[in-house]
Amino acid sequence: MTDQEEHHLAANEYEREAVPEKALKGPRSFWGMYAGEHTAGTEFMIGPLFVAWGASAFDLIVGLLLGNLLAVLTWRYLTANVATKERFTLYFKLEKICGRNLVTLYNFFNGVLFCFLAGAMVTVSATAVGVPFGDRIAMPSFADMMPTGVAWVLVCFVIGALMTIVAVRGYAFVARVSYIAAPWMFLVFVACGLVVLGRLDTMNLFELIQPPQGTESQISFWGIVAFSWFCNAAMHLGMSDMSVLRYARKPGYGWASAAGMFLGHYIAWICAALLLVYWVRQFGVDPATGVPPGPMVFDAVGWAGLLCVVIAGWTTANPTIYRAGLAFQGMFPKMSRTTGTAIAGAVCTIASIFPAFAMKLLDFVGIYGTILAPVGAVIVVDHFLADKVGIVKNYAEKSGTRFNVAVLIAWLLPVAVAMYLYRYHGVFASYLPLPTFVACGVLYIVLSKMLNRRTP
Amino acid sequence: MQKIAKPLALLALVATILPPILFLAKSMAEGPMKWIMLAGSILWFATAPFWLKEND
Repeated sequence: MTDQEEHHLAANEYEREAVPEKALKGPRSFWGMYAGEHTAGTEFMIGPLFVAWGASAFDLIVGLLLGNLLAVLTWRYLTANVATKERFTLYFKLEKICGRNLVTLYNFFNGVLFCFLAGAMVTVSATAVGVPFGDRIAMPSFADMMPTGVAWVLVCFVIGALMTIVAVRGYAFVARVSYIAAPWMFLVFVACGLVVLGRLDTMNLFELIQPPQGTESQISFWGIVAFSWFCNAAMHLGMSDMSVLRYARKPGYGWASAAGMFLGHYIAWICAALLLVYWVRQFGVDPATGVPPGPMVFDAVGWAGLLCVVIAGWTTANPTIYRAGLAFQGMFPKMSRTTGTAIAGAVCTIASIFPAFAMKLLDFVGIYGTILAPVGAVIVVDHFLADKVGIVKNYAEKSGTRFNVAVLIAWLLPVAVAMYLYRYHGVFASYLPLPTFVACGVLYIVLSKMLNRRTP
Repeated sequence: MQKIAKPLALLALVATILPPILFLAKSMAEGPMKWIMLAGSILWFATAPFWLKEND
């Protein structure tokens, strides 16, 4: 059986039914999956971006600890609880509540945002591929939103195209590479941090990580907490990880998210941040302008580091392209998975040539969570509160409707308000997922009582 | 192959993290550190697929 056939079979298993007892998995696969998924190419960007935003050492070290802990608690007590009781994919559960047509709208946003996220990961890999070519490829800085030249565009297109081909033909292979690469990648991240400490001849992180003199930090302690808590809001609050945790034997497997949060989103972020700290201190680089990951990692640990940046970007971009392809295919059931994945890859590749998505990653992940997380509130209300507040559980399934208007309004209205606050009042995007989630849940209850009053 | 895969893979991980530790401790120069890390990385990808296959 080819990789594609294996994955086609695997991906189709229990897509429209509850996962049976025989298919449940032990804890090890979840610990490994979370560790691998959250030690990614984007970690090489996020760490330095904290430095660019002027984060202090205390805010970073303690803020990330708290935020990541909150993320783990959300996965454990919200996502895993719902997932292990419902045993459905997010998409199937949403379809039961919202109707097929509304899930199509969700798939659109989901797919497009996944493409942009994958594009950011391709950008990270491109900064590594470009290193051996020296000045012939102009690397983007944190301030660059547009392509930096023809050579840059070509590198992104080649990498994006290769990743798309692999995503179309060999998802199982990429999953395997990701599984194997994860322990090594984590050690390379740590190596980067150790080398910087060695070069600067200090172990004092509190002295090293400070906003540049005369500047104010653009991100506060609570901003860092919010970012680390909600950077994966779509997965925990937004219940996207129902599709993963539905295979868990018990809700306690939600603790496996700690592997990703504390290895990837804590240690790896801090080690990556130290890379830019070094360049600021040693070469006088303006932190606001920054340095792309590829050159920094190559400078610190050589070719092993360059390999790590490429693989880290690749092993996370590929499943993201694949998920985007599934989302697009969900919109058009007659479309083949190959076509859906190819479209996702094309959008991702085009996105990658614009450094904006990578360089504005701190904002982008907040927006991503704000748009997608509220949908999880609908599931939370349906699962925990429907009987208590007197609304119909799985309303679309019971009524036969393909479009639950209550969900549409409850979802899009808070998101619209949130986007207004972000765009016109400068609210940090990571502050928005939680209030949007809560508002969506409350609105869904109110609107369901008004609009979905008849019990089918 | 399987019997030697695990110790070699673990050696590869040691070769990835020990050199930077030694560099930090000023017991290894930067040049050798980078080359040993590269060798460890190559060894890891050569052996880990056989070791981790056993643990799947």
